Amino acid sequence: MQTKIFGKTASLIISFLVFGVIPVTARANPSDFSFHSSKTPVWIALLFTLLLLFIAIILKQRIVGVRKIYKKGRPGQQVDQLRKYTLGLNSRQIEKLIQYRQTNKNYVNSKGVTALLFLIFTIGLSMFSYSGANAQDVAKTANSSLLGEAGIWITVVLLLIPITAGVVLIFVKVNSVLNQQKNKYLTEEAEALAAHLRSLPEEEADALLKRRKAALDYRLTHNELSGNQRAEDEKGLLLIHDGVELPIVALKKKALQRPNIDPALSRLILWYLGCATFWLLFGTTVGEYVGVKFVAPDADHISWLSFGRLRPVHTNAVFWGWASLGMLGLGYYVVPRVSNTKLASMKKGWCALILINAAVLLGSICLMAGINNGGGEYREYIWPVMLLFGMGLLLTLENFIKTIATRTTKEIYISNWYIVSAIMFALVITIVAYVPYWQNGLGETIIQGYYMHQGVGMWFMLFTLGFVYYILPQQLNKPIYSYSLGILAFWTQILFYTTIGTHHFVFSSIPWWLQTVAIVGSAGMAIPVLAGTTNFLMTFKGAWYKVTDSYTLPFFLVGIIFYFTGSMQGTAEAFRSTNLMWHFTDFTTAHSHLTMYGIICFFIWAGVYAIIPRLTGKEAPQITVGMHFWLALIGLLFYTVPLMYGSTLKGLMWMEGKPFIESVVMMAPYWLWRAIGGSLMWLSHLVFAYNMYKMIANREVVDVQETAIQKLEENTAAIQPIA
Amino acid sequence: MELFDNHRKLFGTAALFFIVLTTLVAIMPAINNQENNAALPDAVPLSEDAIRGKALFVSNGCVGCHTQQVRNVDMDKVWGARPSLAADYADIHRTDFWRNTATLMGTERTGPDLTDIGTRQPGKEWHLVHLYNPRTVVRESIMPAYPWLFTIKKEPSASDIVVNVPAEYLNGQEGKVVATKDAMYLVAYLQSLKQVKLPDGETSPAFLYKREEKKTGDNAAGAMPDGQALFAANCQSCHQANGEGLQGAFPPLKGSSVVLGDNLEMYVDIIMNGYDARPEFGSMPAVGTNAGFTELEVAALINYERSSWGNDGKKVTPEEVKKIIDFLKLKVTK
Repeated sequence: MQTKIFGKTASLIISFLVFGVIPVTARANPSDFSFHSSKTPVWIALLFTLLLLFIAIILKQRIVGVRKIYKKGRPGQQVDQLRKYTLGLNSRQIEKLIQYRQTNKNYVNSKGVTALLFLIFTIGLSMFSYSGANAQDVAKTANSSLLGEAGIWITVVLLLIPITAGVVLIFVKVNSVLNQQKNKYLTEEAEALAAHLRSLPEEEADALLKRRKAALDYRLTHNELSGNQRAEDEKGLLLIHDGVELPIVALKKKALQRPNIDPALSRLILWYLGCATFWLLFGTTVGEYVGVKFVAPDADHISWLSFGRLRPVHTNAVFWGWASLGMLGLGYYVVPRVSNTKLASMKKGWCALILINAAVLLGSICLMAGINNGGGEYREYIWPVMLLFGMGLLLTLENFIKTIATRTTKEIYISNWYIVSAIMFALVITIVAYVPYWQNGLGETIIQGYYMHQGVGMWFMLFTLGFVYYILPQQLNKPIYSYSLGILAFWTQILFYTTIGTHHFVFSSIPWWLQTVAIVGSAGMAIPVLAGTTNFLMTFKGAWYKVTDSYTLPFFLVGIIFYFTGSMQGTAEAFRSTNLMWHFTDFTTAHSHLTMYGIICFFIWAGVYAIIPRLTGKEAPQITVGMHFWLALIGLLFYTVPLMYGSTLKGLMWMEGKPFIESVVMMAPYWLWRAIGGSLMWLSHLVFAYNMYKMIANREVVDVQETAIQKLEENTAAIQPIA
Repeated sequence: MELFDNHRKLFGTAALFFIVLTTLVAIMPAINNQENNAALPDAVPLSEDAIRGKALFVSNGCVGCHTQQVRNVDMDKVWGARPSLAADYADIHRTDFWRNTATLMGTERTGPDLTDIGTRQPGKEWHLVHLYNPRTVVRESIMPAYPWLFTIKKEPSASDIVVNVPAEYLNGQEGKVVATKDAMYLVAYLQSLKQVKLPDGETSPAFLYKREEKKTGDNAAGAMPDGQALFAANCQSCHQANGEGLQGAFPPLKGSSVVLGDNLEMYVDIIMNGYDARPEFGSMPAVGTNAGFTELEVAALINYERSSWGNDGKKVTPEEVKKIIDFLKLKVTK
């Protein structure tokens, strides 16, 4: 059921993407699709021919079907057929037959089968040839050079309408004649069967029929395997329910308790994920408010809360606060685990956590106070603030590499390739973008394009893929499909992703060749994306049934779907023709949410729900995990789909040279939808925070069994001194 | 494989690969661009006020919605006379040690592009009232209001710059809205945003992806541009959709003697070259010249203004307008 819904969602998204691209191609080659084109008649003729062909094929199928029935009725095969029929009778029919045979002992001679009628074939075949010839005629006329004029092909179309209607009508008629004929044959056959049944030899047949009926009526008693005794769990393997009630939501598998997780490391990871959850709530509350301001621009008049200042607060808090800390928290679990060793330094882990939190806190305050770096996206924090973040990354890098250096496995598992590289690359881009001594003029723009896109692709995407390569196979309880595909994706991601930054500035005054390189790189991204998607989906192969009874796998699945669609949409947006329409519009916003939310957030949630129960032994209520999942997914679709649609219209309006303000007015309903979708997403985060609480909080609930044992111990302890 | 099992070699290779690519596609092009471009000879450096205004523009995140780049595509023609060039940004340096260079090219166009806003909207009156609350002049606008750039004074002094804000936008506050220094800095920056003329003999790069011309048919009169759309795009933000203007800032066109009068020459002159003869109103920019209006567009605009809001003026033909435009051009060159 769930997979079905996922499938539907996926096809919805894919079809949107496809439809999103159609107007683009149409625009790129207007002559191919124009109604004034001379090719149109060809298309119409082709369509008509296809229709005729389709009808002809259907008719042929039906005729073949009728012929088969006729053949079955011929004397040679009839006896066999009748026996088959007799053996295939069901219990009720056998009962009636026995009754009949007991009351009525008349014997009736079997009847021969009547001769065939070839009329139908003649009609059918003539129809077939007629329609074939007709189609050719039309195709010929359409192709002839005479028909350049619109008037003539309009006439042809008008003529084709009644012809088509006639063809369809004839088809319906012929079809019903065929049906009648078929039923006639079948009735004849039924009569033959009845005669056969009457003519069966008496005692032998009755015994046979009775035995058959008994076999058909056999039912299991449902306790063949269990017996009538009460269940007993002798090996400690069973979970015995007494008086099972109907559950509200489908019961999913519980997380497996895993031993050997250092409580100190658990605490560190939980703090990372807890802080991440705080920044998610903070960042998306701000985001929600910013989204509402599109609909209600006069919601407040306070400088600290004005749109221009809050927008970067939102983006940076969810980037550096939520997603980064969330990924790092999962990284602290995965890196030592796949190295089969202890984390090198717990202390550095804590320092990094404090530094990164401080960076986001200070950065948010600075932005609201109006202190920012100059306006490049995701580069709004000034460098002293980002320095804290960078130091946090540096500590983590050192920590992880030292951990990997003491690994007890020979090879370095692919997860660690991705995770360590992500941190190294994030450090490189931060240094390149923030060294305060350069980037005058267009240098700033070129570095901005590089920085913002590497931030997304080399930091978030690479790191996320890293922990997915560990947690996904672990949740499916089978190895990753192909290690080599993972390696291919790794190197090609570096090769192509590094070059695509400047596709954010297509048609701007940065060098044309650099823009082209970015566009080519964007197309090249298809390789790592396809490799990664294939790898993940093939890992699911043979384990799809697990999706229905797991609450983490749906998150992974959504992440994978958006990994493919979101990333390929990015490629589609980079081409010059599409950029023309979508650049500067809200399409970019929709795209970034589809990817950062659909891919990164869903993967992080999947990881969080998979890992925390292993650390704390507590799970979130399944009903609230389900709520979180559906609210987030539906919210995301409500957010992005209307925004993509509206912004496409907006881009087209700009291209037509409509007054700018008209495009603002046109967007109003789509911005409202965005606010509604955003609210659902925000609500899902509240539910997520509650789930985090349920998974982490040390709730003091009296454990009856545990307490009883303790009481007994106390008693013996109390007795002993006296004795 | 040795490379895959040795963490130093593996991570070293990955880092090196990334750094080499970074150098090739980001660092070298960036250095090359910052070293090899210079500002155009006619470029005017920002005044001190404008520099302060730019800092306000940056700190309030205006770049989140307003781009400052005219792309070399036909649809961007409305934002400037020529595509932006590397030279246009060449003279922008690091703001200071703490803050990065702000070319403010932007990546979202939720609001209009501002590359040439100083030409399109040169008067401070419009900017001030628009900053106080954009919906005062553009009712459908979703831009934030910036009332903290203004103070309310019961009795403004003679040196105060009073902004004529309609009472409905004052939220019941008593007194006059007075622009603070910050507001004036920001306006100074916006006024300074003008596309610099290319040196003589330099040809500007072409606008690509030309819009297909609508089939004009046999006679030009059949292809009159849409006067209402022209009005919405070029005039409405001051004279308002209802043609009533804004008291104390922009004159009404409804019942205007210029619109309905016989002096077509003056009417066309105002549209093409602007007007600043009445002290009680703000000055009008050379809307027609800036936007490169043809006689067809001017005629459509005049006919729209003469037939809207209860106006009932005589229709003009493009031929009449063309004569006047040619005459005005002659006058200007003289």
